[in-house]
Amino acid sequence: MADLFDKFQPLIDQYEALRGSGLRDPFHLQMDEIKSPTRAVVNGREIILVGTYNYMGMTFDPDVIAAGKKALEEFGSGTTGSRVLNGTYQGHAECEAALREFYAMDHAMVFSTGYQANLGLMSVMAGRGEYIVLDADSHASIYDGCAMGNADIVRFRHNSVSDLEKRLNRLPAEAGKLVVLEGVYSMVGDIAPLKEMVAVAKAAGAMIVVDEAHAMGFFGENGRGVFEAAGVEDDVDFVVGTFSKSVGTVGGFVVSNHPKFDILRLVTRPYVYTASLPPAVVACAATSIRKLMSAHHKRAHLWQASRKMHADLRGAGFELGTAEAESAIIAVKMPDQQTSAAMWTALIEEGVYVNMVPPQATPGFNLLRCSLCAEHSNEDVAEIVARFVRAGQAVGLPVSA
Amino acid sequence: MTTTKEEVLPRLIDIIQPFNKKDIELTAATSFANDLELDSLTVMDLVAEIEDEYDIILPVNMLPDLETIGDVASAVAEIKSK
Ligand SMILES: Cc1ncc(COP(=O)(O)O)c(C=O)c1O
Repeated sequence: MADLFDKFQPLIDQYEALRGSGLRDPFHLQMDEIKSPTRAVVNGREIILVGTYNYMGMTFDPDVIAAGKKALEEFGSGTTGSRVLNGTYQGHAECEAALREFYAMDHAMVFSTGYQANLGLMSVMAGRGEYIVLDADSHASIYDGCAMGNADIVRFRHNSVSDLEKRLNRLPAEAGKLVVLEGVYSMVGDIAPLKEMVAVAKAAGAMIVVDEAHAMGFFGENGRGVFEAAGVEDDVDFVVGTFSKSVGTVGGFVVSNHPKFDILRLVTRPYVYTASLPPAVVACAATSIRKLMSAHHKRAHLWQASRKMHADLRGAGFELGTAEAESAIIAVKMPDQQTSAAMWTALIEEGVYVNMVPPQATPGFNLLRCSLCAEHSNEDVAEIVARFVRAGQAVGLPVSA
Repeated sequence: MTTTKEEVLPRLIDIIQPFNKKDIELTAATSFANDLELDSLTVMDLVAEIEDEYDIILPVNMLPDLETIGDVASAVAEIKSK
């Protein structure tokens, strides 16, 4: 009898080899205690977290916690139902109101995750005979949403305005088109040239989605995202986002000014055929979103810390994914997978957690991806860099303080 | 104007040649995954070259059906003939 697991054997072998090398397993780290947005306890030792998506440090905000506790007690632990049946509570409506206000847009739709928001939007917005034109480095949820629908899918080279334009020009002028962009690309932390891309997409008569998952909270005057910072708010048709990063809980959303937007609540399967978010989660999200609107000091500090860490790591001799800090994600390039795993382990020994990203998930790089939080102090940044240098020297990289 | 698979094939093989790292003989029956062993990044580059040569779009969702060089030649001919 065929064992259906046989197809995974090459991956199993690769993973076993990594574990057998005496290095720690980067994919099964257990956090035993979470002390704050920037500190956790692993194996009885405190480590600095430099690989979360907790950009704005909202997870332990007292107002957010209080709102969640209140909703948990007053509305119970879960809704046990879909948004279109018994799963829309006052809290879900309030959360959508907070989003409309945050983005200054007419409509907002909350999904159970950002992954589902992308699945939903991509699978319904373009149908047979229509086109989705997406960046080659798009997030898995965007690709999966495309695979779920019936549109023809066209990729353009990562962040290439001319390649986007060339591809749009090859499509039938009259066909419906959806161009999908991300504000910040999460593997390398680079941002999209949205001003130019939006202009090209508009000229081709396309509708435009921007996924601002890794930009919400700290790009633009109001923290809306790269599209705000780039001044293209009036030309973007949909913004997708998540509560699992700067907002500090879980959930996803789409906001839009399109007058017919609400029909999506009836036709979007990842919205209809799953349970809605628990009351405590939407209460935390709404509170956090409202606080993010005016979090100017936090935004300013996060930018300053990101630029400092980028400059200091580069100064120490590390090779980074971008020439300058373009976001709060700083990707450190490793020469090969072995060094990457060794460096990751050395960092854990030093008390620093970062994400080890294998080449399959990136455009072919071995990355140690750092992401900063507005709660990292200047002293934290100096300490992280010092530990990076020591770990780098321990694994034989040409770096120095 | 119609274009046939036979017309497309010789030029298509020329375009694929630089991606033929194992230096095998390229025919209509050559498989991209099994014979050329192209990874997904390389496939993207190759698709872009073919698209530029013929000024067409080969949608990503069509690629799983294009197993061999012959399949691609047929697809290009069909799109060009539309
Ligand atoms: C660009 C992008 N979109 C969407 C998502 C999905 O977000 P969520 O964690 O809410 O499912 C992520 C997070 O991994 C992301 O990076």
